[in-house]
Amino acid sequence: MPSRRAFLQDTGRLTIAFCLLGALPAAAEALAADDPRPGSLQDNPRLNAWLEVLADGRVRVLTGKIEIGQGIGTAVAQMAAEELNLPLSRVEVVLAETGRTPDERYTAGSASIEQSALSVRWAAAAARQQLLQLAAKRLRVPAATLQLADGAVRTTDGRQRLTFAELLQGRQLTGEVPADTVLKPQNQHQVVGQPLRREEIERMVRAAPVYVQDMRLPGTVHARVLHPPAPGARLRGVDEAALHQAVPSLLRVVVDGSFVGLLAADEWTAIKAHDWLKPRLQWTPGPALPAGKPLPQVIRALPAKVDEVARRGDVGSAPAAGEKTFRATYFKPYLMHAAIGPSCAVALFEKGQLHIWTHSQGVYPLRAAVAKLLGLPEDQVHAKGVPGAGCYGHNGADDVAAEAALLARAYPGRPVRLQWTREDEHLHEPYGSAMLFDLQARLDARGRLTHWHMELWSDTHSARPAGQPDKLLPAQLLAKPFEYKRAELSGGTSRNSEPLYQIPNLLVNAHSFAGPLRVSALRSLGAFGNVFALESGMDELAQLAGQDPYDFRLAHLTDARARAVIEEVRRLTQGVQLGPNEGLGVAFAQYKNQAAYLAVVARVWVSPEDHTPWVRQLWAAIDAGEVINPDGLRNQTEGGLIQAASWTVLEQVQFDEQQVRSHDWESYPIYRFDEVPRVEVSIVSRPDQPPLGAGEAAQGPTAAAIANAVHRACGVRVRELPIRPWKLAPSPKES
Amino acid sequence: MDEASFTLHVNGKTHQVQADPATPLLYVLRNQLGLNGPKFGCGMQQCGACMVLVDGFAHPSCQLQVHRVGAAPITTLEGLTCPDGSLHPVQQALVELQAAQCGYCLNGVAMCAAGLLRQYARPDEQTIRNALFRVLCRCGTHERYIRAVQRAAELGASG
Repeated sequence: MPSRRAFLQDTGRLTIAFCLLGALPAAAEALAADDPRPGSLQDNPRLNAWLEVLADGRVRVLTGKIEIGQGIGTAVAQMAAEELNLPLSRVEVVLAETGRTPDERYTAGSASIEQSALSVRWAAAAARQQLLQLAAKRLRVPAATLQLADGAVRTTDGRQRLTFAELLQGRQLTGEVPADTVLKPQNQHQVVGQPLRREEIERMVRAAPVYVQDMRLPGTVHARVLHPPAPGARLRGVDEAALHQAVPSLLRVVVDGSFVGLLAADEWTAIKAHDWLKPRLQWTPGPALPAGKPLPQVIRALPAKVDEVARRGDVGSAPAAGEKTFRATYFKPYLMHAAIGPSCAVALFEKGQLHIWTHSQGVYPLRAAVAKLLGLPEDQVHAKGVPGAGCYGHNGADDVAAEAALLARAYPGRPVRLQWTREDEHLHEPYGSAMLFDLQARLDARGRLTHWHMELWSDTHSARPAGQPDKLLPAQLLAKPFEYKRAELSGGTSRNSEPLYQIPNLLVNAHSFAGPLRVSALRSLGAFGNVFALESGMDELAQLAGQDPYDFRLAHLTDARARAVIEEVRRLTQGVQLGPNEGLGVAFAQYKNQAAYLAVVARVWVSPEDHTPWVRQLWAAIDAGEVINPDGLRNQTEGGLIQAASWTVLEQVQFDEQQVRSHDWESYPIYRFDEVPRVEVSIVSRPDQPPLGAGEAAQGPTAAAIANAVHRACGVRVRELPIRPWKLAPSPKES
Repeated sequence: MDEASFTLHVNGKTHQVQADPATPLLYVLRNQLGLNGPKFGCGMQQCGACMVLVDGFAHPSCQLQVHRVGAAPITTLEGLTCPDGSLHPVQQALVELQAAQCGYCLNGVAMCAAGLLRQYARPDEQTIRNALFRVLCRCGTHERYIRAVQRAAELGASG
C-alpha cells in the first residue's frame, strides 16, 4: 500500500490536471438526440478527461465508475488497448476520484459498459486520429501511410517510427472528442470481445491491499459508531466518564445528537469500547413498526400516490363469451444487499481539506452531499473510490463515508478508519423495498392474451444521496438534523413492469408508498419483483390457456432477440431428464425493456419429506449485444443467477414492533455452498449490435423461473416470496 | 486487560507481539503483522472471511483469542504463496478460472480449499461444497470456486 504521502501526492495531481468542478452533467433527456456519442462523453467531451499518454508510452484511462466486482477496469482497458493497438498491460486505469476522473455520477443501472467503456472507446479512437495527424506532420507523410502499433506510430513500410511519448513531448492530447470520430471497425477487433483476465484477481489471491478495508495510512485511528436500534429512536445520553473508566485507552468519544462515534489508536480498543457501551446506551424508541399483520396487508393499507406507468387499449371492457379471466396477487418482501464485508471508509481532515477513501458507487454525488453535511465548500472535499466488498446497489457505503468524515473533522490531522460491524450493515443499510402486485389478465377463446392490468405497490428504489445530505444515515441523527426528503416515484419502481409481450389492452399503475423501513436501490430495483410477478403470471396464464410455457411466450413476442434467448434456453434444457418431485420452469425479461435480453430455466427438486425447494441447476441465455469481455459477462450472469436464487428461496428482512430482527447471517440466511445450484450461461453473441447493460439482467427472471419450476415439481404455486418449505406443504384441502 | 507478550508462528516466521490476550487473532494478523489475507466479515464465525489455517486446518480468526493460539503454526493467504513468489495450486486455479467477483470472500474460499486439499488430494464435488460451507459469498461466484478447487486438485496432483 502506498504511503500516506503517496496517497496525498496522488490526490494533489488534480491541481495540474483539468478542472471538472464546473461541469454539470447533462440530464439524459437533454442530450442531443442526433449525437452518436455516449451520454457520459457528451457530459465530459474533453479527450483528456478520459485518456492521458504517459511519459513511458503507456496510456492512462480515467473512468468515473468504480470497481465493484463487475470487472469494469478490464473492460475499459480493453477498449483503449483496441483503439490504440496497445497491449493491455500498457493501459493503466484510474477509477472514480473527484477532481481527477470524469463525473459519471453513480456506478449503477448496469450502465458502466454502455456509458464509461464506450466513452473510453470514443476517446481512444479520437486519440488515435490525433496521434496519426501529429505523426503525419512530423514525418511529412500522409496520415494514410501510417499505423499504430505497440505504443508508437510508424510508416507502413516500417522505416520510420515515433512513440506516443516522442510525438507528444510532454504535452497531452487536447480538444473535444468529436461526434464524427471514426471507431475501429468491429471486424478488426483483437482485444475487445476476448475473455481477457482481470489483473486484480491475481492481486486478490496474493493478498495485496485491494480494498478500502486494507488501507493503512500512517497514524490511522480506528473508529466504531453506535447507531439507534430502530428508525426514529433518539439517544438519551452517554456516560462518557464511565466509558473512559472502562476503556481507559479510548482516545475520543464523539457525540452529536444521536450520533455516537468512538476513536482509538488500535482497533481492538475501539471494538471493546463499542461492545461495552452498546448495551448501556439509553434510547427513546421511535415509532412502532407494523409487525402485527402480514406485510402485504400493511402495504395495501398505506397511503399511496398512484402513477400510470403504461396504458393502451381498454382494460375495462366486458369479457366476451369464451374468454377466460385470471386474477392473482404476488408479493416480494424487503431484501438486503448483505455485503460480505461491512461498509468501511477512511477519512482525513487536514489543513481545511477533507479527504475520503470510499467504496461508494458515486464519488461526486458523495462529495457534494458530505460537503453540505459538514458545511464545507465542495472544493475542500476530495473523495477517491477504492473497492470494497461487492455492494449490489446502495448499501452502507455512503453512510459510513459520511460518518468517517464527521469523525475526521472531530479528530483532525489523523486518518480515521471507520469499520461498520456486521450488525450495523444488516440493520442500517437501506433495503430493497417490499412490493405487492395485483394482476388481472384475460385470454380470448384461442388462448391469446387480450388484457393485462397490473396494479403494483412499492416504496422508492432510489434514495441515494445524489448530492444532498438528507439521505445520509447520520444526517438525521445530528443535533441539527437534515430533514429527509422523500424521492418522488422513481423509474426504478416501474422497471420491467410493462410486459414486452404483445397485448392489445394494457394498464399498469404504480402505487408509491412510504414504508416502515429504510429503502433504496438494490440490484435491478423494481425489476426483481415486477418480473417475478409478470413471469409467474405468464406461466399461470399459459396453463390456463392449455399451452406450453415456451410456446405461449413466443406467441406473444415479436422481438427476434427476445425470441432467440427463449429458444436458446429451451434448446439447452431439451435433454434434461427429470426425477421424481422435480420440475423445470422458464422465465424471460429484457432488463429495463431496453438492456440485455435474458431467459432462465430452473430445475428444482422439492423434498417430499420436508418440502425444501432445492434449486439444482439454472441455465441462462443472454444477449447483451456486442460483448466486450465474454468471461466478464458470464461471471456477472452466473453471479446474478445464484444471488437471485438466494433472494427467491431464502431471504426476507424480519422485524417486530421494536426493530429489525435480521441482524446477522443466522437471522438473515443467504445461500451457502451446500445449497447453491449449478449454473450454465450461454451467450447469444451480437457483435454488430451496441453493448447492452447486463449486470442485473438475471435477477427477475431467475425468481419467476424458480417459482414456475416449483409449481411443476410439487403442484404448489407460490405467489409470495420467499419460497419457504412451509409454503410447499400440501394444504389440507388438496390432500 | 493488560497487554502481554505472545510468540506467534505465522507463515513460517516467528513474531513477538504485545497484545491484550483477549484480542482476536484477526486483528493481530491484520493490524500488527500487516497481513491483508484474513478479512473482517462478521466477527461471529458465521461468514468465513477471516479464515486462516491453524496447524493446517481452516479456522476462523475473528473469535480466536490470541492467547489461545499457543505454538500452533498459522498460515494466512499470504503464506500460501511460495517464497519464490510462485502460487499455490489453489491460488493458480482461482486466477486461471477467474474465480472472483468482488473477491472479498476469496480468502475464506482459498484457505478452506488449501486445508481441504492437505487432507484429501482429489475431493469430489460434495466434499468441496462441504469444505466451503463456512464461507459466505454474496456475488454468487460459488460455481467458479467449486471448479477452481477441482482444478487446484488437478494442479496439485501434477505439480
